[in-house]
Amino acid sequence: MSGTFLARLGKLWLALILFFLYAPIFVMAFMSFNASQYYQLPFEFSLKWYEKLAGNTEIIDAATRSVGIAIITTIIATILGTAASVALFRFEFRGKRFLQVMLFPPIAIPWLITGTAMLIFFFGIGLGRGTPSVIIGHVALALPYVIVVVSARLATFDATLEEAARSMGADGWTVTRRVTLPWISSGIIAGALFAFAVSFDQFVVSYFLSEPGDSTLPVLIYTSIRKGFTPEINAISTIIIVVSMAVMLVAARFSNFGGER
Amino acid sequence: MAEVSVQNITKSFGSLKALNDVTMDFPDGGFFALLGPSGSGKTTLLRTIAGFIFADSGSIRIGDEFVENTPVEKRDIGMMFQNYALFPNMTVADNIGFGLRVRKVGATEEKRRIGEALELVQLGQHGDRKPHQLSGGQRQRVALARAIVTNPRVLLLDEPLSALDKALRVDMQFELKRIQREIGITTVFVTHDQEEALTLSDKIGILRDGKMIQAGPPREVYNNPVDLFTAAFLGEANILSDISGDGADIRTPANLPAGGTLAVRPENITISTSKPGEDAISTCQAVLERRVFAGAMATCILRNNGTDIKVISRDQDIPPNIAEGDQLWLSWPVEKTLSISGS
Repeated sequence: MSGTFLARLGKLWLALILFFLYAPIFVMAFMSFNASQYYQLPFEFSLKWYEKLAGNTEIIDAATRSVGIAIITTIIATILGTAASVALFRFEFRGKRFLQVMLFPPIAIPWLITGTAMLIFFFGIGLGRGTPSVIIGHVALALPYVIVVVSARLATFDATLEEAARSMGADGWTVTRRVTLPWISSGIIAGALFAFAVSFDQFVVSYFLSEPGDSTLPVLIYTSIRKGFTPEINAISTIIIVVSMAVMLVAARFSNFGGER
Repeated sequence: MAEVSVQNITKSFGSLKALNDVTMDFPDGGFFALLGPSGSGKTTLLRTIAGFIFADSGSIRIGDEFVENTPVEKRDIGMMFQNYALFPNMTVADNIGFGLRVRKVGATEEKRRIGEALELVQLGQHGDRKPHQLSGGQRQRVALARAIVTNPRVLLLDEPLSALDKALRVDMQFELKRIQREIGITTVFVTHDQEEALTLSDKIGILRDGKMIQAGPPREVYNNPVDLFTAAFLGEANILSDISGDGADIRTPANLPAGGTLAVRPENITISTSKPGEDAISTCQAVLERRVFAGAMATCILRNNGTDIKVISRDQDIPPNIAEGDQLWLSWPVEKTLSISGS
């Protein structure tokens, strides 16, 4: 009796979690296709908010900027993170453990605090606000994710493969390119997607570090909502969610926790 | 092909002396075994010759070139790893061709030499397979082909056969020897299997606690072990110090060093029911404790005043109708007595 009761409770619990997680998103996506500006029912299908969105240069600019920043962040964070992971895997050096441990707090520290610290720091060194600061901030946030994911993949790598390659005359770069990188490529792709997602969805740090005329998409959405809510925001949000979810699903597929390697 | 010479190599890891003043010569074209228990330094020595480990002091010469400061990729060696270390993302042919591509020999030449190497290890049809599609023995052959395809100056094998089951291992021992003979490459291999070392090599180096205890041809090391460790590690040895009792007559060979110990290998002892008549033999009496039949051969454990003596002989050479508890005579020729320095 209690067994079935617990099983039912578990299912109910799961259903509630999924409901509260996805219902608001579905409502928002649903409303982005509704003709009424004031979310009135009955539902009347329309693409007019997407059309309006297409003509809104402010939002398009912000979206372009966001994608651009995310791509630059992804490239820098993936290269640095992969290099760091390989170095941590290959070499023994003083302070290695300390470095590895220090990678984790940035993931746990609230972005609000990280953002504040970065703002103070960038003003301190004279860089101030602006796209360069945003990119540096995003790279710093994304780097630990890349290192964690790539290192997890490297942990399954057999180091004697590198030794075998060296015994056949391959120098360090050839070993890396021909033996190590092919093995960890799935981890690198997953890490890159995480980096893209961290940057593209980033609000707090971007809000602190971007200049008013130079907002990223999440920042623009936030400021637009404060001025007044239009279904255009629903439309752009729907697009972001679709893109982000696609990116995360691919990332999960390529990293180990997505199941079969 | 080249001669390898290791002189006075010392290597410490922290407070552990992994190699302590090790010297050994590996003449051109020979097959050499480094033998020792785990932790003896045999793998460290092999990896030092390969160039994965740099010695603290001492010299390593391959051919005419001193290589102790040369990194592994510049030493022109071939190495086979215990787990084979085949590249899982590459085909068999690409695995074998890796070293050729690094050396940029050209596509035609590369293809020809991969084909030759595959033929040599009798895997002609398997070039397109991936390593995970091969059996253990086939993987081992690929690893061997990959190690020799670049015509390295020396071939280094790290416990090459330990991952195979017994029957396959014996096959591969002969195969390895055949290939080594065929290409005449100087070969050094690490093993903890004394039988493998005796079977395959022209010269054995026995290591213990980072020291080279003894180096020499298998028969010489087997018949003249320098100490009890070597005597017991390479085969078995009955220590004769405590043999006593009625009829005990242990002859001492002329070459027994001062403070030395006498021992005799189990296969050199003859069992008889009465006192043997010959002159130049040692004798003693012992009680049969156990007799283990193993087909052609039999092992007997006998006891003399609290000392167990092991005898291995052809089953048909053991007197018939003897039973456990019988008092028997043991004898062995003086020249088969091992004189071992130290105790």
